[in-house]
Amino acid sequence: MPTKTINGKTITVDEDGFMTDPSQWDEDVARWLAQELGIEVTDRHLLVLNFMRAEFEKNGQAPSLRKLKNESGVGTKELYKLFPKGPAKKAALIAGLGKPQGCI
Amino acid sequence: MSDDSIEKVSIILSKGSLDGLYPGLIMGNGALMEGIDAMLFFTFFGLEGILDRKMDRIKVATVGNPGMHMPTVIGSLPGMSALATSMMKKEMEKLDIPPVREFLEMIHDGGGEIYACKAAMEMFHYTANDLWKDVDGILTVGEFYEKSAGAQIIFT
Repeated sequence: MPTKTINGKTITVDEDGFMTDPSQWDEDVARWLAQELGIEVTDRHLLVLNFMRAEFEKNGQAPSLRKLKNESGVGTKELYKLFPKGPAKKAALIAGLGKPQGCI
Repeated sequence: MSDDSIEKVSIILSKGSLDGLYPGLIMGNGALMEGIDAMLFFTFFGLEGILDRKMDRIKVATVGNPGMHMPTVIGSLPGMSALATSMMKKEMEKLDIPPVREFLEMIHDGGGEIYACKAAMEMFHYTANDLWKDVDGILTVGEFYEKSAGAQIIFT
């Protein structure tokens, strides 16, 4: 399993760059993962990321885009602005979760 | 991304049943979620999906649909299509697949473009007023191809 080291902290990732152990995640890791995608993390990003992590803990998988836009408090348009070119996947990556398994 | 990755899809939706419309909607939304530009072109009975008065009442076809494994005489009984529709909607809700209107909103808000086919609009005597508010326009076939430049065209 490949690893990445961020400010002295080591995380394990899969071949697509998704973290394999959500417990290694914290907001610094998120900022760093986001930066690699050219995204500067704001409070709105954190709102989405924390919602996703809470959902993941409840259901064992990252929420669908539909669930995100209906329940996170951040609508579809803003999700696409916060995480350009592929919100569900990018948000899941930055949230330290695996690749989304759903199609919606 | 490699050079041959898909950057744009142009999806034609030509069927007006639930089972006819959803593949195109799922593929379109899925493209946007992957960072691929998407354009949806509704033609013939596919127009039902973007007619404001009809889009919330799209039904599953129980006749002429071999995948249903239902004899035609049974599929044609009153209420059969409504029953199949409600069953399928329940299954879709479990998978977090939204109703047509909400799905189109997601696609539109995600930057997807939604168009009606001019020939089909004229054939069925519909006007722009009959369309859902967020439809981006009515296109001729020529304009459709112009807008599809560089796209993969998918017919459903």
